[in-house]
Amino acid sequence: MNSLKQSLGLLFGFNPSKPEKSEISEAAAKIHEAHGVRRSKEEMTRIHEARHAQSKNKYWLKRRWTVLALVNLFFVASAALQINALEGALTGSRFVGFHLADLNSSLQVMLAFKQVLINLLIGTVTVAIMWWLLGGRTFCSWVCPYHLLAEWAEMLHLKLKAKGLAMDIQFKRLTRTWLWLIFALLAFISSYTVFETISPTGILSRALIYGPGLAMVWVALILLFEIFFSRRAWCRYACPIGLTYGLVGATSPLTVQYHLEDCFHDGACRQVCLVPHVLEVTKRNRATEAHLNIGADCTRCGRCVEVCPNDSLTYEFKGLGQKK
Amino acid sequence: MKTNINRRNFLRSLTFGATAVGASLLGIIPVLKGWVRKMRPPGALVEDEFLASCIKCGQCVQVCPVEAIKLSDLTDGFGVGTPYIEARDQACDFSCDGLQCVLACPTGALTHDINYAHESEMAIAVVVNPDHCLAGQGKGFKGLARGADFSGKLRYAEIDRWNPIPLNEHPYDVESCDLCVTACPIEIRYDLCEAGTPPSGEERQCPPVRAIQMTEVEGSNGTAFLPEILAGCVGCGVCEMICPVDPPIIVMENYPGSGRTF
Repeated sequence: MNSLKQSLGLLFGFNPSKPEKSEISEAAAKIHEAHGVRRSKEEMTRIHEARHAQSKNKYWLKRRWTVLALVNLFFVASAALQINALEGALTGSRFVGFHLADLNSSLQVMLAFKQVLINLLIGTVTVAIMWWLLGGRTFCSWVCPYHLLAEWAEMLHLKLKAKGLAMDIQFKRLTRTWLWLIFALLAFISSYTVFETISPTGILSRALIYGPGLAMVWVALILLFEIFFSRRAWCRYACPIGLTYGLVGATSPLTVQYHLEDCFHDGACRQVCLVPHVLEVTKRNRATEAHLNIGADCTRCGRCVEVCPNDSLTYEFKGLGQKK
Repeated sequence: MKTNINRRNFLRSLTFGATAVGASLLGIIPVLKGWVRKMRPPGALVEDEFLASCIKCGQCVQVCPVEAIKLSDLTDGFGVGTPYIEARDQACDFSCDGLQCVLACPTGALTHDINYAHESEMAIAVVVNPDHCLAGQGKGFKGLARGADFSGKLRYAEIDRWNPIPLNEHPYDVESCDLCVTACPIEIRYDLCEAGTPPSGEERQCPPVRAIQMTEVEGSNGTAFLPEILAGCVGCGVCEMICPVDPPIIVMENYPGSGRTF
């Protein structure tokens, strides 16, 4: 239960803390002791290169981008070919007649309208169950079209930053929690779905299906801000959709699991992670158990899984049998 | 030193958050200024409730057989992604018969309380330009109502019950122009009911009152006619769309929420 509390704390934006010695289990303590010997930089480079030679490079990234593209193109194709298989946009849709509603959009409408129609309720509950099963923020990295653009912007950002042409301003992660509360409150008080006005997820989904408009300028502005000033700023510090799905996924059976025994503690996973605070447990002497589930803020994107040279991070579906 | 960094980080985050909230709140300007006032699809709640309840998904857009519904852009602020109808370009002609947009709406922004064409209240047609009305000048009309390049569609049940056809494939030839009356979906339903053949054989499809008629007036050279809007008008916009005169004699006004009470 303690880990759920920590997981939610990280999700809301509190910083990870170092565990007390007494909190570390005996099994974990033994492994930590054995991991005392540090590998040299050269050796780590060799290990990573050997791993990449096995062609597991960007294995999950390719799958994820394919899924993300297919889901969004399904919406587009359904509208363009009028096959009525998946009508609507990411904010609300019907899959072969069955209602689906984005949890945050639905929340905004419920708070603003103060009435809940049965169709919206069905759509919301269905989507909540679906994303609880699939990991919550999995929506972000596997479906959200803004996430994909932001990933491309991030690649550019990292290149520019290496050349000194971009900076990475970091904000307090609590900002997102405050924004979530403020946007919920604004919807309730003003009776307008205020957040939808600037939601790049909704704007992009509609642009894909119904054609782009001026709203794309706003999306471009956020992307430019991320490229030149702050890595992945919108997803990390602003987007209330991410927090909503994070809450849904807090108890999800689908997680990325950390196996302390196999970890080299070289930090490759944290460098590629959108939410590196959830991977703080991979630092030396941090893990309290030999096997740990990565927290609710994790988008289950799999970057850490594929970049880890020793399978220390793996996808797990609770109840389907452990890898180890 | 550490508190300084902390304070700077706090102020930076505050600015970041305030910018996001500020940007979203700019969306109230078009709403307060009334720039958002548009003709909404059938069943739309009064404007404020409509903006509160619409989830901006566009399912209504996708089900409309004549593609009358478009989505608003960011210039509509809080109204971004909400559906509207530009009647002159493509009116709602109810050719779906079952109010498909209402059925598709997941939130009830298009109220599920209505089931038939005559129950909707999208606007009220107003005769704004009577001096230029062809019938008012005793003229007829021959040819394509809106020219060869016009892309709008209407369903003509006598030609194809199930598929709307482009207006530019349907030339007219009338001695006294009455296109606004003959194309009116409410009038068409009313006439069918009077003839004892209600749409789909359903009595409930029958509008209780007429929506528009040509009324005799004293013209400069003898008898002439002008359209008169009646109580049964639901503001679907077909008369505005089909009017061969430019600008049209009839336009849609008084959208729900723009000072009109129901």
